[in-house]
Amino acid sequence: MITTLLYSLTGMVLFGMGLFTLIVHSHPLRKILAVNVMATGVFLILVATAYIPFGKGAIDPVPHAMVLTGIVVSVSVTALALILACRLQETSNLDLRAKTKQSSNTKESGT
Amino acid sequence: MKTGKVIMGQTRNRHKRLDWIQRLFLLLVLCLTTLLGVILCSSPETAPGLADAVAHLQGRSGVESPVTAVLLNFRGYDTLLEVMVLLLAVIGAWSLTKAPLPDQITDISPVQLGVVRLLVPVMCLVAAYLVWQGSHLAGGAFQGGAIIGAAGVLLLVSELPWLRDIPPLPLRIGLVLGPLVFVGTALFCLLWTGNLLGYPEGAGGWLILLIEAACALSIGLTLALLFAGGRPENELVKADKQTDFPCNRESL
Amino acid sequence: MIYSILTFFDIILVLTLLWLGWRLLDTEDIFKAIVLFISFGLLMSLAWVRMRAPDVALAEAALGAGLTGPLFLAALRRMRRAYKGERRLDSHENREGDHGTDPEQTQAT
Repeated sequence: MITTLLYSLTGMVLFGMGLFTLIVHSHPLRKILAVNVMATGVFLILVATAYIPFGKGAIDPVPHAMVLTGIVVSVSVTALALILACRLQETSNLDLRAKTKQSSNTKESGT
Repeated sequence: MKTGKVIMGQTRNRHKRLDWIQRLFLLLVLCLTTLLGVILCSSPETAPGLADAVAHLQGRSGVESPVTAVLLNFRGYDTLLEVMVLLLAVIGAWSLTKAPLPDQITDISPVQLGVVRLLVPVMCLVAAYLVWQGSHLAGGAFQGGAIIGAAGVLLLVSELPWLRDIPPLPLRIGLVLGPLVFVGTALFCLLWTGNLLGYPEGAGGWLILLIEAACALSIGLTLALLFAGGRPENELVKADKQTDFPCNRESL
Repeated sequence: MIYSILTFFDIILVLTLLWLGWRLLDTEDIFKAIVLFISFGLLMSLAWVRMRAPDVALAEAALGAGLTGPLFLAALRRMRRAYKGERRLDSHENREGDHGTDPEQTQAT
């Protein structure tokens, strides 16, 4: 039972660290990393609750199947979020460029 | 090491001191984590679980591995929806941007080419083995699909010139193959036995293998296309020249 | 006794995981954070094996470490490239001061 408790507490701490980083940091890649760490913590808690030591019976496969599903979904969500972050960067550059060009244009026409 | 820390402290406020709102958040997160810890410590030591139920019905599922039985037989509906989520992720990525493939053909180093030539077929073989092995040991559609996706990532990273000329129609067919086979099997079972994904007696193993093979192909293609980061260059539908943002020209 | 050895292993693995998690969330350099995340995923797959979940371990090693890391690295490269494109355009603009018939501007406005 000590093993289950140890790994679930680790998952809990990982979840907390990820949540704090998600709130505090501003870089989008760091935020996505933090969400991934949070997801890993949740998976660790789920699998740890299903753990039974060797020779004490069969492992409950339902949490394992759920975690497997969750890992695949989290990878696809991460990929989509990364593409969104890239688009955010590219299109915000576009705004910035248009703005700097406009401001320099007005400056030139003013003088 | 010391100088590095000093420079880090100068570039960011956070390393000098947390401001009050961050401290507040830290406090809230600590409270939440503590609550979670209390719940974890007070949860019952031996939960009943579903291990016995799964073991009881294992013989009728058509596969020997309990996780595969749960994934594709007992809770097949979840997996069906998950495959749909993967398809939706690709649709979302394709609607956002074009894949940033390199414009000019660069020379590939012979070492890299040799590695790709050696590894990609071996990876496809390992993926097929994992899908087949999923019926009785650890493995299955997701692991096999991940290996196929990794092979695709290897091809994309080495920037082979023929990747630009892949026609989009086979890609699309490959993407929807897994979901279509899955939905088709589900509907077939609905007509045959009256239950969605309730496999007919004795045919479960073959149907699961069929679904897994199709899904592994689609999952691998999905992951590789998500790594490519956008829709392919030569589209089925001719797009307007003005529709894309101008900043795409240099980066995409 | 096997039990104590396993507990020892557990404690080391858990401490390594927590330290890696903290470092990857705390380092300034985002590239370093991604590399730490890949190693974090690999150690997580070790933890899954310890939890008697070989299916999850396989998926984690292939997806969590093998695919998510390259995804992050590709996104980082793409974002840096977009950032550099912006910088290059700015310097070009300041040097030449040419704002006449720029296709990028006409399309943007």
